Amino acid sequence: MNKQDSIISKRQKLHAVRVLRDRIFVVGFALAVIAGILGLAALLFDVLIDGLPFLNINFLTSYASRKAENSGILAPLAGTIWIVGMTALLTIPIGVGTAIYLEEFASKNRLNRLIELNIANLAGVPSVIYGLLGLAVFVQFLFNGSRNVTAGALTMTLLILPIVVIASQEAIKAVPSSYRDAAYAMGANRWQVVKAVVLPQALPGMMSGIILALSRAIGESAPILIISSLVWVTFIPTSPDSKFTVLPLQIFTWISQPQHSFRGIAAAAIIVLLIVLLSMNGIAIWIRSKYQSRPDQ
Amino acid sequence: MATTSEIQSNSDLLERVARRRRRQHVEQTVFAWLLRAAALISVLTTVGIVIILVAQSAGFFAEVSPWEFLTGTEWAPLFSPQKFGVLSLVGGTLLVAVIAGIVSLTLGLGAAIFLSEYAPERLRRVLKPILEVLAGIPTVVYGYFALTFITPILQNIFGHDQVIVFNALSAGLVMGLMIMPMVSTLSEDAMVAVPRSLRDAAYALGATRFEVSTKVVIPAALSGIVASFILGVSRAIGETMIVKIAAGATPNLTLNPLESIQAMTAYIVQVSLGETPQGSLEYKTIFAVGLLLFVMTLAMNIVGRWVISRFRQQYE
Repeated sequence: MNKQDSIISKRQKLHAVRVLRDRIFVVGFALAVIAGILGLAALLFDVLIDGLPFLNINFLTSYASRKAENSGILAPLAGTIWIVGMTALLTIPIGVGTAIYLEEFASKNRLNRLIELNIANLAGVPSVIYGLLGLAVFVQFLFNGSRNVTAGALTMTLLILPIVVIASQEAIKAVPSSYRDAAYAMGANRWQVVKAVVLPQALPGMMSGIILALSRAIGESAPILIISSLVWVTFIPTSPDSKFTVLPLQIFTWISQPQHSFRGIAAAAIIVLLIVLLSMNGIAIWIRSKYQSRPDQ
Repeated sequence: MATTSEIQSNSDLLERVARRRRRQHVEQTVFAWLLRAAALISVLTTVGIVIILVAQSAGFFAEVSPWEFLTGTEWAPLFSPQKFGVLSLVGGTLLVAVIAGIVSLTLGLGAAIFLSEYAPERLRRVLKPILEVLAGIPTVVYGYFALTFITPILQNIFGHDQVIVFNALSAGLVMGLMIMPMVSTLSEDAMVAVPRSLRDAAYALGATRFEVSTKVVIPAALSGIVASFILGVSRAIGETMIVKIAAGATPNLTLNPLESIQAMTAYIVQVSLGETPQGSLEYKTIFAVGLLLFVMTLAMNIVGRWVISRFRQQYE
């Protein structure tokens, strides 16, 4: 009788220990999430506290200056718009075209599997390598040493192309095959099916992928640093062969200044950059959620 | 009985249909070729990267032996006598990447377990997008954060004389924070793929959630978790701006994370910002370093994806 009691109480103790360990580790795992969120919060606070005092209309409408308090982001803002605009014009047809080819036209042979594998590998190539590619091929070979907007946009296009292709492929895969079959049954050929059925259906998914890829292009600095290399740009690019700077590059330039006063305007420029990126992300998420829940599927 | 005009209009119609068919066929052929051309651009990109890196490095290796490059421990290409031991750059890169890997694996795996095994669906749907914001923040911003926020904290903890303004630890910690959502998402995907029945069996035996997580789910999802770690470290090796801004520009083969180092990527950027003449030996070094960087990240990405695909086969 006594023996049995002691076994039971031992079991209860063991059970209590196991439950306690369970509880402790819930807290531990939750702390990992909290650490991530706290890191994000600290980053945002750091930037806001340093940068908000410098953020005003003059900051948006003036050029970089030797004095921190007179400096603005007009040139990099214009440069960023140039780069994103040209990159979008180049990336969207090429990226969507590649995705359509791989999903709708290509037979599943060895060559096309190789293309897919190649795209997956390109997505993992460090951005600085794209900078070297752009420097050698576009700046030196194509434009004879001119570090212009077009070279920057071409480099960015190659950089985000894998992201656009993969996102577009996902969007195309999500179109039910019954839609295609219905169109084929009515005598449509492959291109007509793509044009009239697949593309309209896949468009929202593609759009959100493209917007996310473009926001990557806006935030990317390393390749532009290698392509542009310019430190002080005090003009708006007027044509595709203008020299240029972009927001992340200007931020980098200001961070690298020895005077601490430039950190404030770097933070102010970061705030502008983050606002642009977060609103683009917001739009992408909104598009996805708006079109994702179709009741008929 | 069909009249002549009816026959006439019928054959007109047939003719029109046939013409339209032909036009559609031409349109399809043209667009199929355009699409194929688009797909070729990504292949050309890879070919371009390999050719550029190899061709420019070939000029470098004509003057510096690959053996000296890969085994030397001193890197001073801009001074005389020039030294081309890339190990000090590789060491700096790996030091930061390992710190980032440890941070991102600890936080990412913890978060993945919490999100996939503990958090109710509604909480998960709030937390996950917040964590993913971390992945969308530009690296130059992380560099700023490391330099102006983390480094001063480290200096207060370890003492100003111990911690140099530009140090590997600060860059590594912040990079870990940046990669965390990627590790967390990939690990969580692997955990979600573990069949419900395995968990249920363990619960039926009286296991707690912690025991199910650590003794059933993690072992079953281990290859996915390992892959997420490999891909995360590969990402850290290729990252440029954080190490450029916060980790310094001193090639330094050290294990002390409080010292200043120079990463491979940071060296590439440093040279391209300077006035190094095209075609000079210094200029070619960035392509040699770039080639090594490309090979390292490519190998890790291939291994990482291979591990993931092997894992998927287990349960599908």
